[in-house]
Amino acid sequence: MGKPRLAVWKFASCDGCQLSLLDCEDELLAVAGAVEIAYFPEASSDMQPGPYDVSLVEGSITTAHDAERIREIRRQSGAVITIGACATAGGIQALRNFADVEEFTRAVYATPSFISTLDTSTPIADHIRVDFELRGCPINKHQLLETINAFINRRRPNIPAHSVCVECKRRGTVCVTVARGAACLGPVTHAGCGALCPSYDRGCFGCYGPKELANTESLAAWARDKLGVADKDIQRLHHNFNAWSEPFRSEGDRHG
Amino acid sequence: MAEQRTIKVDYMARVEGESALDIVIEGDAVKDVKLKIFEPPRFFEALLRGRSFLEAPDITARICGICPVAYQMSAVHAMEDACGVKVTGPLRALRRLLYCGEWIESHVLHIYMLHAPDFLGKHSVVELAAEHPEIIRRGLRLKKTGNEIVGLLGGREIHPINVRVGGFYKIPTKSDFAALAEKLKLARDDALATVSWVSGFQFPDFDQDYEFVCLSHPDEYPYNEGRIVSSRGLDIPVQAFHEHFVEDHVAHSTALHCRLKARGHYKVGPLARYSLNYDKLSPLAKQAAMDAGLGRTCNNPFKSILVRAVEVVYAVDEALRILDTLERPDSPCVEVLPRAGTGFAATEAPRGMLHHTYRLDAEGNIAFAQIIPPTSQNQATIEDDLRHFIAPRLSLPDDQLQWQCEQAVRNYDPCISCSTHFLKLTVERR
Repeated sequence: MGKPRLAVWKFASCDGCQLSLLDCEDELLAVAGAVEIAYFPEASSDMQPGPYDVSLVEGSITTAHDAERIREIRRQSGAVITIGACATAGGIQALRNFADVEEFTRAVYATPSFISTLDTSTPIADHIRVDFELRGCPINKHQLLETINAFINRRRPNIPAHSVCVECKRRGTVCVTVARGAACLGPVTHAGCGALCPSYDRGCFGCYGPKELANTESLAAWARDKLGVADKDIQRLHHNFNAWSEPFRSEGDRHG
Repeated sequence: MAEQRTIKVDYMARVEGESALDIVIEGDAVKDVKLKIFEPPRFFEALLRGRSFLEAPDITARICGICPVAYQMSAVHAMEDACGVKVTGPLRALRRLLYCGEWIESHVLHIYMLHAPDFLGKHSVVELAAEHPEIIRRGLRLKKTGNEIVGLLGGREIHPINVRVGGFYKIPTKSDFAALAEKLKLARDDALATVSWVSGFQFPDFDQDYEFVCLSHPDEYPYNEGRIVSSRGLDIPVQAFHEHFVEDHVAHSTALHCRLKARGHYKVGPLARYSLNYDKLSPLAKQAAMDAGLGRTCNNPFKSILVRAVEVVYAVDEALRILDTLERPDSPCVEVLPRAGTGFAATEAPRGMLHHTYRLDAEGNIAFAQIIPPTSQNQATIEDDLRHFIAPRLSLPDDQLQWQCEQAVRNYDPCISCSTHFLKLTVERR
């Protein structure tokens, strides 16, 4: 049996999540030994046709053409794994979903008629069946390696689903909210970054999106009533890289 | 009617983002060259409106996963310009150190992974590694050291979290800096070996008459500060950018083309920086350039890979100099209070000058944002390079012509994710 065939696809995104694979300086050559990198245009001009065993998908769907393209990728792929906040939540560009896209186009481009774009930026799972969603803006490269390893060995990825708050306790960081009164989304945000921001003396701003059953309403009320955070700033915290994910979406809508 | 040839590259590989190249040849004339950027627009300048000035470094980082530090640096300096604050002393030095990390990481990625395969007839770094494992391991090691600077000072390599308007959230410890310096001393040998390796590549004879544009600073090779200068006499403060430059919207690109109002297209990036700031390089970087056969200026875009390698030597050297003389700041940042006004900044991203403009209200809400990335400034020059490059090479078969045209585009390390607001190759012969 040949090596599993890996493909890496890009939609609307910053390239950072697929760069994570090239940032695995110590592991890249081992990965290239374990899989056949069949399609990865950012890294190779040898673009092999499908089918592929595993497809990594970066970016969100923002054009009619891309909405078609992702269906073809699904047909060509054994497993589809979305990597990063754009692919799993619509990304920062999903802020258009709350606004008038025609006005956005006029604001940026002199000749709006040259631009064809959908009114929304949506996650991949809104369009096709997705086998696994890896979160983060950007993703954690060690979690990416774990996920690839799991899929080529036909096991479940070991990616913890608890909150950033738990990661903070595990590394022994002093709570930035309790000790310094900083607004922090740690209790409602999916783990994966290793609770980075609190270890740099700042509150979490939600790069990994909402965890399961996140009680954003309670946290937001506490931030407003006990910490004196302005509604506008509570909205800004929820409406950034994972703005279109519930419950960040509606929590942000309740403030501002 | 003359014979028509079309050379098409539907999806450019080894560049960041989505683009295509269309070249139409009619008889022995190059009829049309289009670098098509179809990367979907993400509307950053629109979605920044209404956000806080403090959010700009975190949001604009997301424009590009390869050079987030550049976006963060242009954003914080523009906000500080708007608010009348100048960050000096060790905080200024640490920002420069962070930028050294990004230059090393981004340049080494491009040299080893994206561009060297063109010169050596390979499709990818993985193919290269099969033949030259030690060379590729050296590249990965050097890249990793760049990422370690960004990781320490920024919190993580992609979309750092430790950059803020006024400085940083937290300053690493003295022992962290000391450990980093030890790694950089080893990286210096790898950087010199990289220049030596790249200097052995075959470069097409292709000197062009460019107007180079970059920052220039009286005391240092430019990163975060300086005046905007050109090889044809432009010398302006960053605040006067819009009086001299204008963006045009063309149908085949979601990236706006930027040009000098007076003289049209120009070139930003390593060749511009090197040719206009050679004197400011460190003695070691100058020596490496001389050993590699470079003069004080370089007008051959195919040698950009060599100039990048020299800039890596400089960045490692400069990072060591900063660490050697660094005094840990008393506070991680200076306070920046918002005020109504407009701020401007330009910094030198790995691919060239990156200009930001923001208008703020009295509470620090962003009312207007304009971001001019390096690739959109270079797009017209890339097309012009291709026209000049193809004309004397029409007798080449399509596959060779296509390979060399793609290589010519990669000379620019184009970043399409950045510029979209880039590339697919089609050569059509009629």
